[in-house]
Amino acid sequence: MSAHITTFAWLVLLFPLVGTIAIGLGYRWLPGRSAGWIGTAAIFLSFVVAVLTLIGMLDREASHRVLTSSLWSYDFSVGVDAKVQILVDPLSVFMILVVSGVSALIHLYSVTYMWKDRGFGRYFSYLNYFVFSMLLLVLAGNFILLIVGWAFVGAASYLLISFWYRRTTATRAGLKAFVINVVGDVGLVLGTFFLFKHTGTVDFLKTFHEVRHVFAYDSPDLVAACLLLLLGAFAKSAQVPLHTWLPDAMEGPTPVSALIHAATMVTAGVYLIARMHPLFEHAVTAADVGAIGGCLTLLIAATVALVQTDIKRVIAYSTMSQIGYMIMAVCVGAYAAGLFHLMTHAFFKALLFMAAGSIIGAMAGVQSLDRMGGFRRALPFTFAAFVVGGLALSGMPPFSGWLSKDDILAFLDARHGDFEVLGIAGYVGAFLTGIYTFRMIFRAFWGAPVPEARELEQGHLHHAEVPRNPMTGEEEDNEIGFPGPGHYIAEREWPMKVAMTMLAVLAVFAGVLQIPGVDNAVTRFLAPTFADSRLAHIDVHTGSAWIGLIVGALIAIAGIAVAYRVWVARPGTSTSLRERFAAVYGFLAHKWYFDELIDLVVVRPVLWFGRIADTVLEPAVIGGVVTSGTVGVVRAGSAAVRRLQTGFLRYYAAAMIVCLSGVALYFLISSS
Amino acid sequence: MDIAWYLVVSALIFCIGAGGVLTRRNPLTILLCLELMLNGANLALVSFARMWGGESGQIFALIVLVVAACEVTVGLGLIVAIYRRRLPVDVDELSELHG
Repeated sequence: MSAHITTFAWLVLLFPLVGTIAIGLGYRWLPGRSAGWIGTAAIFLSFVVAVLTLIGMLDREASHRVLTSSLWSYDFSVGVDAKVQILVDPLSVFMILVVSGVSALIHLYSVTYMWKDRGFGRYFSYLNYFVFSMLLLVLAGNFILLIVGWAFVGAASYLLISFWYRRTTATRAGLKAFVINVVGDVGLVLGTFFLFKHTGTVDFLKTFHEVRHVFAYDSPDLVAACLLLLLGAFAKSAQVPLHTWLPDAMEGPTPVSALIHAATMVTAGVYLIARMHPLFEHAVTAADVGAIGGCLTLLIAATVALVQTDIKRVIAYSTMSQIGYMIMAVCVGAYAAGLFHLMTHAFFKALLFMAAGSIIGAMAGVQSLDRMGGFRRALPFTFAAFVVGGLALSGMPPFSGWLSKDDILAFLDARHGDFEVLGIAGYVGAFLTGIYTFRMIFRAFWGAPVPEARELEQGHLHHAEVPRNPMTGEEEDNEIGFPGPGHYIAEREWPMKVAMTMLAVLAVFAGVLQIPGVDNAVTRFLAPTFADSRLAHIDVHTGSAWIGLIVGALIAIAGIAVAYRVWVARPGTSTSLRERFAAVYGFLAHKWYFDELIDLVVVRPVLWFGRIADTVLEPAVIGGVVTSGTVGVVRAGSAAVRRLQTGFLRYYAAAMIVCLSGVALYFLISSS
Repeated sequence: MDIAWYLVVSALIFCIGAGGVLTRRNPLTILLCLELMLNGANLALVSFARMWGGESGQIFALIVLVVAACEVTVGLGLIVAIYRRRLPVDVDELSELHG
């Protein structure tokens, strides 16, 4: 029976791989939308097989749900057993279900959204490749395969952010994301080396088993290794201070933002920490650093989201903030709660991005909230979807976000001590979440309808005369390398509508999986993975959990009420606030000056070094010593040899005779 | 007779040949001197063969004769070519391959 489960898990990986190869090689011959349908079908099949894996797993005893399977051994030398090995346990099954499920819906949405784009086939090939990489990451059974998946998703993210490769802003954003991700990759690889040096194995289960014997509790070595892993997690999950790539990553197509930069890839860090929980529990210092980093991120990102005007960037900052909650959760031991929030967040954040894509379609590519307004009647379906997503994000009962976020915060309170400070910070973040989410909704859907909205109310979808870059206003065309001429709204396109409806249903009802005191399905399902954990067994008292839920609901309502007062009831308030607190506003509008800080601390010194290398090192060392030196030596040597070549036959003959006589004499003398 | 005499004659012929190769400038004379050197070596080979009573030295001498014939063919051909192109018949003048 175990063979079936692992076979299904391999099939989960196979379908997206076949999809990306088929579309990547055959895109020239694929007519119409078939590239999109093949991509969607591949991911959908992957999801079906993931469900079969889940069913197979549920058939087994809870204590027999951790399985490994390896296809072949890639290399076995100096003790490194690099197998192509997957680990199928409740955590990885949970992740493949979320990843393949949400990805399938986003593929479906993209079939319409990207239809007029000249890179339609390329887009689906990349998207399938991304899903394959992500599934590989979560299914990996040893560090080697984890690193492979980890690097693959970074590459896929780069390809998709820079998808419109003639947009300079997009290519720069792609490079930025890739460079920061590579910083994280280096952390992960070094952390792996560090662990391997001490444990002598790259296999997950063996490492977890060894860790308690090899390292003392909270030993500096293990803390260092865990901090390196944390560096990888922070870079991939866009946590402070390695977060600056995520807002810029919104240069990619909107479904890409929904898939990679909201639902799946950015949660890889959360998954990594949850997967490595035996290490982090044994190195509490590293875990605390992670929790504090997550907490800082959720506050910083939430405050920045308050003042951003680009609708996608607001959602991006909200993603960072929500991932801050998850990182905090898995670092303090609330694994089930953090992963539950990961799942609900994937649903409602993908939904929000899809709805934002629909608004951007109605605005013909414009993304600024300043230009939007009054879309309530023009886009009723998008409006409903956005509100559902927004309520779930703000944590309004009975939406899924309410149950999942407060699950994390209740756990923090249950751990007492300093963890309650993190919990309070989490509630502050929840308050800000309500404000910025509904600021977005009120600014886009309330107020007087903008010309685009009025045009749409009369049944005509606005098209810009000249397509422009939404960030810089540069003129563009519709050829390959730029967005295509098509604009789509969910109201008119059934694939978008179906994808959004399903996500909306999930965003509302996914919370029933984990209601305190009623069912704890997520906790119970994930229990075998976290069976060896000391922290996972901390019980949150049902009563206090419900108190937390009520407090969370009140805070969400308060946040929404503040947003209503500022942006609807008294429309001038935001302007007067901005003028009154100009310094704070400037600070937040510049995103806490993180870009400038990194520019000053990292980019400029590196550039300075590059210039020095160019002006000083290059002429003196490379040009002077290395190149000219070699040339001089060769030239002098050849001049000496040339002088010997006189061209006089008799000299050569004399030299030969003298030398041969010398040799003959030598042997004669030495033999006598 | 003592083998030493043969060897002395052989060494003398070889040295005369070598001296000629080093001092003469006419390629035809140089070829003749080369023949002298080879035959000096042949004489030594035949003497040693006689001393040991085997035949391998004599066979070596025959092979050297064959090689000498080939060498003379090529050498004379070159000299004829030099005459035909009206180049100076002097090895010191023919030093175009100097560095």
